[in-house]
Amino acid sequence: MSPLLEVRNLSVAYGAIEAVRDISFTVEAGQIVSLIGSNGAGKTTTLRTISGLLRPAAGEILFQGKPIHNQPAHTILGMGISHSPEGRRLFPRMTVEENLQLGAYVRKDDGVQADMQRVYDLFPVLGERRHNKAGLFSGGEQQMLAIGRAMMSKPRLLMLDEPSMGLSPIMTQRIFDTIKELQSLGTTILLVEQNALAALALSDHGYVIDLGKTTLDGPGHSLLADQRVRDAYLGESH
Amino acid sequence: MSVLLQQLANGVVQGALIALIALGYTMVYGIIQLINFAHGEVFMVASYGGLATFTLLPEDLQKSPAVALPLMFVGGIVVAVVVAVIMERFAYRPLRNAPRLAPLITALGVSVFLQEAVRVFYPNAKSNLPYPKVFPEGNLTLGPVNVSWTGVLLVGLSIGLAVILQTYINKSRMGRAMRATAQDPDTAKLMGVNPNRVIVLTFVFGAVLAGVAGIMYGGYLNNINIDMGFQTGIFAFTAAVLGGVGSIRGAVIGAFIIGLIKTVAGQYMPGGTQYDYVWIFVVLILVLVFRPQGLFGEPERVRA
Repeated sequence: MSPLLEVRNLSVAYGAIEAVRDISFTVEAGQIVSLIGSNGAGKTTTLRTISGLLRPAAGEILFQGKPIHNQPAHTILGMGISHSPEGRRLFPRMTVEENLQLGAYVRKDDGVQADMQRVYDLFPVLGERRHNKAGLFSGGEQQMLAIGRAMMSKPRLLMLDEPSMGLSPIMTQRIFDTIKELQSLGTTILLVEQNALAALALSDHGYVIDLGKTTLDGPGHSLLADQRVRDAYLGESH
Repeated sequence: MSVLLQQLANGVVQGALIALIALGYTMVYGIIQLINFAHGEVFMVASYGGLATFTLLPEDLQKSPAVALPLMFVGGIVVAVVVAVIMERFAYRPLRNAPRLAPLITALGVSVFLQEAVRVFYPNAKSNLPYPKVFPEGNLTLGPVNVSWTGVLLVGLSIGLAVILQTYINKSRMGRAMRATAQDPDTAKLMGVNPNRVIVLTFVFGAVLAGVAGIMYGGYLNNINIDMGFQTGIFAFTAAVLGGVGSIRGAVIGAFIIGLIKTVAGQYMPGGTQYDYVWIFVVLILVLVFRPQGLFGEPERVRA
């Protein structure tokens, strides 16, 4: 049984600048896996390469055992990988409902309406203001919509890039509770976070990425206890 | 007073023609930020395509406007769509990620290519060609104002097609994909939108509207020439910029404003219609200096 997602020795370059040098990690079905690391470590680049927006310079990306790193972005979604990008990237001049409809763009089944209602149940503020333009919402509400939109394709793997960025502690907690809930509903989640403490507490497995390389990995709770992780990413000093 | 009213009516008809073409400029710009300078030529080849269709019809069908005119529309639109799709596939798509100046220069090249191709290969294209008399005859008279029924048909088609287009873009699944691609192409891909399909469809829509315009131009003005695409294209491009390039509503309103300025200035300004282009370029320069985003456009933002 091959893992849901396997990234092997990935390297990605923007022109001459190598953003990702040698990243390897595995996501098993049903897990929450987080990639943590400082700004510029290559986490976002990794996600953008998995979803097909960038091409690897070397290495492999396997989804359910099949290589996907040469597929265009719009077909990767159809395979079951959904990506909620950094900075949320909603369509600001479209309504909440239109954003969710775009999340379900590739679906041909008639369950879209019911799934949209599920997003509204999860985030009532979105349901109440479904005909308002997405650009008018607060940061936390926009993050809810970004997650809701990414769920609308019914992905097997949901990739969330910095879902807590710019949010208040209370809102961050709600977003993380939601991620946990999505896992219990059967979605596998790959999480990229600068908020390493919250991410690792939630994760089945974590990988530390430093300067474009995976340097450390382990179950979320044991990374949380690791002194090197605490020194580097949790802001502790001796 | 009656002269002014007549010129306003003429301006509305001209505006309707310009609007059909301006929509093609504004839609393509909205999706790929390219001013497709060859779009005027798509309108021109459609007009010749309609004429060729008529010429190929058997004589008894040529005498039956109810058959000949719809077939000319079909012929003209097919030619326009084929030219636009080939142009997108082979001239613009390879330059999708090139600096913006490269496709712009290519567009100018495509424009010259199409004009010369028609000049060389279409029989007698070096002179004005008369257009078949298959259009509605007579005039609609409202008090002092006379508008030919062909002009009325042109206005009806233009407004009707613009409303259909706007509704399609706002309500349909594919329309949503088009707007998403215009707002944020990368994120649209993450939603599963195939950008090539959206871009081709945008060119096709522009070509259909230009095709209708090409046939109606021949009907309204009675003859066609290979410079018509360049000449009318300039007005349409200016209308799109005035309305706010990227905006459907802006292109239509801009087109009617340009049509009215053209006819009214032609009547009342010294020099008459010979100075058409002077007034249109004055408008273009004023818009670019004082409101570069146009009447309904969004101020230019740098994408993250």
